Amino acid sequence: MPLKGEFYQRDREWHPKAYTHDYKTSVARSPRQSLISLENTVSEITGPRFGHGDIDPGDNDLIYNYAQSGESAIGERIILHGRVLDENARPVPNTLVEIWQANAGGRYRHKKDTYLAPIDPNFGGCGRTITDENGYYFFRTVKPGAYPWRNWVNSWRPAHIHVSIFGTAFAQRLITQCYFEGDPLIPHCPILKTVPMQEGIEQLTAALDLNATIPLDTIAYKFDIVLRGRRSTLFENRLEGN
Amino acid sequence: MVQKLDYLKETPSQTAGPYVHIGLAPGAAGFDIYKQELGWDIAGPNAAGERIRVQGLVIDGMGAPVKDVLLEAWQANASGVYAHEESTGEVEDGFRGWGRVITDFDTGEWGFDTVKPGPVPGRYGSTQAPHINLWIVARGINVGLNTRLYFEDEDNSADPVLNGIEWVNRRSTLIAKRTEREGKVVYRFDIRLQGEGETVFFDI
Repeated sequence: MPLKGEFYQRDREWHPKAYTHDYKTSVARSPRQSLISLENTVSEITGPRFGHGDIDPGDNDLIYNYAQSGESAIGERIILHGRVLDENARPVPNTLVEIWQANAGGRYRHKKDTYLAPIDPNFGGCGRTITDENGYYFFRTVKPGAYPWRNWVNSWRPAHIHVSIFGTAFAQRLITQCYFEGDPLIPHCPILKTVPMQEGIEQLTAALDLNATIPLDTIAYKFDIVLRGRRSTLFENRLEGN
Repeated sequence: MVQKLDYLKETPSQTAGPYVHIGLAPGAAGFDIYKQELGWDIAGPNAAGERIRVQGLVIDGMGAPVKDVLLEAWQANASGVYAHEESTGEVEDGFRGWGRVITDFDTGEWGFDTVKPGPVPGRYGSTQAPHINLWIVARGINVGLNTRLYFEDEDNSADPVLNGIEWVNRRSTLIAKRTEREGKVVYRFDIRLQGEGETVFFDI
């Protein structure tokens, strides 16, 4: 059986660059020097593992996980679901997926958010789950609203859900944002446009998934996530010390 | 035309944005939702080795502390073993080796308590000096930044990663300074995102 080797090199022309002038905050927060490329060692091919003892079963239901008894969050009820795969299209099972988002009006439950849209008393805006043996995950939530931000005077973020994924190795650690099919703000967003390729932007856009809706209850969007893949070392070049 | 390779592309990264805390550290941000918040206890009560505190600032290109950053740490135990099936050896019961902290919203100071890691195997039979792997995300950072923290009171002279940095004067940006405060060992590690004294960041 082939041994597991290094992770495939991250394609830095596919990801956003660090310095992206139109997303203004990146200007003072981007390194000027080149990244130093590291060959993987045990420090990079390992990473934290999580189990069901770490989270609670209701943590993936944002409609109810902060609601008072008998209440629920206000907004368009959606399921966000999909698979976590690697670049070899193999499922990534038992990995932690965490999300956070604004409420239906575009307001975050965060003391730094002073947008005039109100807080929903029954909506917290964060959730987490662990993928099953097929790499599948699902959340229930409300569709977040667009919100204004101080980039240009009239900048509005498209509706989005922030997504954090671990994989099996620290080298796979990823944070991204999930957008929604058909949102007219998508082509105007300086943060989304840090992604250099149109295909990359499409990869961040969840598709309406009528097959997964619950009729008369909840609409669904599908968002698959791809983490870095890994070599099979057929011959030699085994990572030393592992 | 040739055959298609049929690899998938990695999902592109996006910034964690200004409100990363409500998603990944709600308790630390003063928002009570989960019974158990992840990442507060890196080493656990049973871990052997020297108990240390690590703290510092993340500083932007204008010299200002970044007050909305989130850091994650990944480290081996005092014997140089990671809590992962691909690391040879055993870790103490309760040793996770992973932690997550946010900065103080007013000062930008961050810190975590852990044990000092031991040396871990490098490639080709080498040994890596003790280090903690760090990952930094924040508003304005499009792809999480990877760096490493080394210790000034360890022998770092043979570390293959430090020695792989061509500019010798940049290696010191990865070395934490040891101090003692009220009988506690504290390592200071400021991270400069840009400009003079810019911290070395890695593409791992």
